Amino acid sequence: MSERRPRTFYVLFGVFLLFMLFLYGPMISILVLSFQGPEGGLVFPIDSVSTHWFEKLWAGTGQVAIGPALRRSFVLAFVVMVLTVSISVLAGLAFRHRFRGSTVLLYVAISSLIVPSIVVSLGIALEFRLIDDAIKDIGTAWSIGWIQRDFVSALGPFTSGLGAHLTWTLPFGLLIMFAVFNRFDPAFEEAARDLGATPWQTFRHVTLPMIAPFLIGVAVFGFTLSWDELARSSQVMGSDNTLPMQLAAKTTTVTDPEIYALGSATTAGSVLLIIVMFTLVSLMQRRRRRLL
Amino acid sequence: MTQASDTVTEARQDRVSAVGRKPARRTGPMLVPYLQAAPMALVFFFFFVLPLAATIAVSFWQYTQYSIEPAITLQNYGDIFQGCLRDLPDLCTTFRTYLSTLKFCLIVWATTLTIGFTIAYFLAFHVRTLKFQVICFLLCTVPFWTSVVIRMISWMPLLGRNGLVNQTLISMGVIDTPLEGLLYSDFAVILSLTHLYTLFMVVPIFNSLMRIDRTLIEAARDAGANGFQILTVVIIPLARPGILIGSIFVITVVMGDFLTIGIMGGQQIASVGKIIQTQMQFLQFPLAAANAVILLAAVLVGVWALLKLVDIRKEL
Repeated sequence: MSERRPRTFYVLFGVFLLFMLFLYGPMISILVLSFQGPEGGLVFPIDSVSTHWFEKLWAGTGQVAIGPALRRSFVLAFVVMVLTVSISVLAGLAFRHRFRGSTVLLYVAISSLIVPSIVVSLGIALEFRLIDDAIKDIGTAWSIGWIQRDFVSALGPFTSGLGAHLTWTLPFGLLIMFAVFNRFDPAFEEAARDLGATPWQTFRHVTLPMIAPFLIGVAVFGFTLSWDELARSSQVMGSDNTLPMQLAAKTTTVTDPEIYALGSATTAGSVLLIIVMFTLVSLMQRRRRRLL
Repeated sequence: MTQASDTVTEARQDRVSAVGRKPARRTGPMLVPYLQAAPMALVFFFFFVLPLAATIAVSFWQYTQYSIEPAITLQNYGDIFQGCLRDLPDLCTTFRTYLSTLKFCLIVWATTLTIGFTIAYFLAFHVRTLKFQVICFLLCTVPFWTSVVIRMISWMPLLGRNGLVNQTLISMGVIDTPLEGLLYSDFAVILSLTHLYTLFMVVPIFNSLMRIDRTLIEAARDAGANGFQILTVVIIPLARPGILIGSIFVITVVMGDFLTIGIMGGQQIASVGKIIQTQMQFLQFPLAAANAVILLAAVLVGVWALLKLVDIRKEL
C-alpha cells in the first residue's frame, strides 16, 4: 500500500458508491416504508413507526392474501432446488468425459437460458394443451370414466410449472458445474482409485466432499431462481398462482403499504437464506483447511 | 498392516493393468456418461425442445374461438404482417412494436454496458485486497437473488407522483408541479431494466478482466501508452468475451420482456412479449405461437452472430 492511489481510483470509487445507492436505495426505501403507521400511505413521509402492515400480512386480513401461494412457491422452490442440484451434478460428471451428443446438450442448455422466457412459457403451455386434448380423446375413445368426469388439465405447478422452472435453473447449475470441474484436480480421484476405491466410493468420499461448497451455491441458485421466477411461470401454472405472480397482479390494485411489508419479508427471507448458505460454506472450508 | 498394504498394491496393479495409465479412458462402451447426462437431457427434451417444436407446429395451425385445429396455413403470419408492406413508409403495428422493443434493447444495452464495465473495471483493477474485492462483488450480486417484482415495486415510492423525487424537487424549488413522466413511462422502463440487469454485465466482464495478465498492462505502460490507450488498446479487446456474454444476456432478456415494460410502463407500452401474453389470454394460441416464432428467430439471429465471436465453454 506504499504506492499512492491514482486520481481515477477516487472517481471510480465514487461511481461504485453511486451504483450501490442505485442498487440498494429503492429497496431500502420500501423496507423503511413497510414500517409505515396504520394511517400512512404508499409514499414518504412516515407518519409513525409501526409493524401494523406486517401484522396485517401475517393475519391474512388485508388486501394481500398470500397463504396458499406462499406455501406453493416454497414447496416448488424446494423441489426445484433438490432436482437442480442432483441433475446438475450428474450432468457435470458426464461432461468430464467425451460422449456423443455432449455438444448438442450444452447448446440446448445455453439456448434454454437465452430463449425469451415468454416463448418457453408459451411452448410448455401449448405442449400441455395438446397433451390435455390427447388425454381427453383417449378418455372418450375408451370410455374411461374418471377422465370424462374429472379431468380438466395436466397444467399445474408441479407438472408444467416444475418443468418450466427447471429449464431456467438447470443451465445455471450446469455452468457452475463446468466452472467447478474445470478447476478440479483429478489426481485425488486417481489416488482413490489406485487405493482400490470403487467408483461410488470415489465419488462419495473424494469427489463429493470436494465439490460440496459449490453444490451449496447451486442450491442457492436453484431455490432463489425458482422462488422469484415469474416470466416462465406466467402461462404454465394452470389455475394456481405462485407468490411472484400474485405480487405482480397486486402491483396495480393494492393501495396500502402491505405490499411493501410483503416485499420486505420475502427479501429478508432470500437474504437470510444467502447468509445461512455462505456461513455453511465458510464453515466447511475452514474445517477442510484444518484437516489438510 | 503389511497384508493390507499388499492388498492395496495388488489392487493398484490390477487397476493399472486393467485400465492403463489414465483411468478416465476405459475400454469398451462407456455407458456411464450417458446415464449421468440422461436426466438433464430428458428435462430439456420434454420442457424445452418439444415445447419449441409444438410452438413452431401450432404457429401453422388454424383456430376458432374455442379450439385449435391442425393445419398448414400461413394465415397467422399473414395476419401479423397484414398491411406492413402496403403501408410503407408508415409502420404497421408489428413493425412499430419491434422497433420500440429494439429501442429499449439498444438503450438498456448501452446503459448496462457502460455501468457494468465501469463497475467491473473498478473491482478488477482498483480494489487491491482480495477480501474487499469479494465483499464488493457480493454486494453487486445479492439483489440478483431477490424478487424481480419487488425490485420494480421499490421504485414506486421514489418515482410516483408524490414520490421522493418529486417531493425533493418541489421543496428545492426546481419545479412547481410534480413531474408526471417519472413512473409509468419509457424512462421508468429503462431505469428499471438497467437496475435489474446491470449485474448480467458486471459478472462476465469482471470474470474476463480478472483473467488479463497484469504484465501486459505494465508492458503497455513501459512502451509509453497512456491510461486511455491502455484501456482501449489492451483491456477492452481482452474483455471482449465478457462483454459479449453480458450483451447476449441483456439483449435477449430485454427482447422478450413483458413484465418490466408492463409494470413500469403502466401497461401502456407495447412490446413483443406483451403481445404474445395478451394473445394467450384471448386463447389465440396459433397467433401467439407465430409471434413467438418470429421473436425467437429475431433473438437467435442476433445471438448466433454474437456467438460466432466467442466460445462460452472456454470462458468458465
